[in-house]
Amino acid sequence: MRALAPLLKAARTLRGGPAALVLLALVFCAIFAPLLAPFPYDAMHLPSANMEPDAKHWMGTDEFGRDLFSRILYGARISLGVAVSSMAASVLIGVIIGGLAGYFGGWVDRTLMAISDMTWSFPEILIALVLIAIIGPGLGSTAVAITVGYFAQFARLTRAQIIALKGETYIEAARNLGASDAAILFRHLIPNAMTPVLVAGMLATGDAIILEATLGFFGLGAQPPLPSWGAIMSSGTAQIFIAPWVILYPGLVIAVAVVSINLFGDALIDALDIRGKLREG
Amino acid sequence: MISYFARRLLLLIPVFLGLSVVIFMIIHLVPGDPIDHILQIGSSPERKAALMAKYGFDQPLLVQYGIWLGKLVQGDLGDAIILKQPVSTLIAQNLPYSLALGSAALVFSTVIGVTIGALAAMAKDSFFDRALMGIILAGSTVPSFWLGLMMILIFAVELGWFPVSGAKNWQAMVLPVLTIGLGGIALVARVTRVAMLDAARQDFVLMLHAKGVSRREIYLRHILRHAMLPVVTLLGLKIGWILGGAVTIEFVFARPGLGSLLITSLNQRDYPVVQGCLLMLGIAVMLGTLLADIVQAAMDPRIRDRVS
Repeated sequence: MRALAPLLKAARTLRGGPAALVLLALVFCAIFAPLLAPFPYDAMHLPSANMEPDAKHWMGTDEFGRDLFSRILYGARISLGVAVSSMAASVLIGVIIGGLAGYFGGWVDRTLMAISDMTWSFPEILIALVLIAIIGPGLGSTAVAITVGYFAQFARLTRAQIIALKGETYIEAARNLGASDAAILFRHLIPNAMTPVLVAGMLATGDAIILEATLGFFGLGAQPPLPSWGAIMSSGTAQIFIAPWVILYPGLVIAVAVVSINLFGDALIDALDIRGKLREG
Repeated sequence: MISYFARRLLLLIPVFLGLSVVIFMIIHLVPGDPIDHILQIGSSPERKAALMAKYGFDQPLLVQYGIWLGKLVQGDLGDAIILKQPVSTLIAQNLPYSLALGSAALVFSTVIGVTIGALAAMAKDSFFDRALMGIILAGSTVPSFWLGLMMILIFAVELGWFPVSGAKNWQAMVLPVLTIGLGGIALVARVTRVAMLDAARQDFVLMLHAKGVSRREIYLRHILRHAMLPVVTLLGLKIGWILGGAVTIEFVFARPGLGSLLITSLNQRDYPVVQGCLLMLGIAVMLGTLLADIVQAAMDPRIRDRVS
């Protein structure tokens, strides 16, 4: 339960409170999309194509007469699901690489950090496009692109934490008691270094949502008829003059989600008092 | 300074080789034989073998890479499969548009971003500071392509001030530059503000106050100059991001350019063009970092000695 205390503290602030509510609501929509959505996400009904928002279709319909509100609800599943799960993978890889580099130092450090700096120096969108060129468009390559695009940040952060913690007395004590390198790194050092990395991961999830939307918009992410927030807009560009709501609403939902993540993350940084640690690495 | 420049240039060689290997491998890591993308369905095995030999795919991978790199250095990027032109010609046609858009966006976001950041720092914690930073924060949380589409809807469709798309005249550049620039402004303003607040806490500022220099002069002549170092660093690092932004924005505004070419080619699986575009963008990112390092070293002699 101790891990929950900073979350609750952040949720009690003026910034964090509303943001936490919005995020919970979005997650709720993502989980219960099939129950909440008034229509299936792929139910076409051509006579009611490009309809303005009204009582039946709260956010209007797209070029195939599909209900936009339902598609955005299902889109929460895909967009949030891909962003959160691939960011989790990215944090995991970053922590392992940064942990090994920081703990062992020497050539291990130099090799691992050279690889991670290579991805660090190029914009995520370029890395994503290279990976999609190799794997081909789809949700899977979007997830890989997010994982590869962001891990360097977490590797650097973890490495800085590990180097700072390595000299602590309790690590020396553990080593003298006969703990192995693996035990020291994974049982003692990494758990103590995790807090700033997890917060950085949470903040980066907002960027991941935007990257997913961009790739989806280009037709390189979720493939039709799957409705990710970006993919919904992709089919809307041709209709932008007739049915601007197909572009408007998904973008607003993305903005609300990303702003909430940033505000709650910011409140969390203050609650944990780790603003200085996040600048390391 | 010259030796610093030389050392810094040498450091780029391994990065460039790494980049070139990754981009070379694209065509080989794609599922299926690279030649299958060129062959028509139902071609004979003999024709396939002939094509394999023609493109050099029957050679060992390392030899292929050597040949590819050799041609690359001479500016030969191969031929586009679908567009049926040399890739270098396609890039030469599109690059000026991207450069114009990118540099206009860079200048726009630097000038406005530094001004806003400096004003916010001078009025720290005031309502103005908070409001400005709040708006900027909100502006950087929407996807830039969406911002572009909204600009089209408002300023091109509703108000009719600017053309919807294309690159015929300077008016067509206003909305794309604004769209890319807004993200850049947010970044530059935030860094300028923090750097100025940091600089304002230093001892020399206290001394300037003690000497009776006016607040305005301290901020504009001393603190701002001091704070430019992190801003220049950031700008160099973000040249790539601005180009990345240009990739998406060109596509939204249907402007010619490397980004539009790249996205179209990715969707058509025209791999030689994809390779060429990615290589150009990668080189641009590398040069941006280099430029930032050199400007930084020119501004601060301490950095010249510190390079590893």
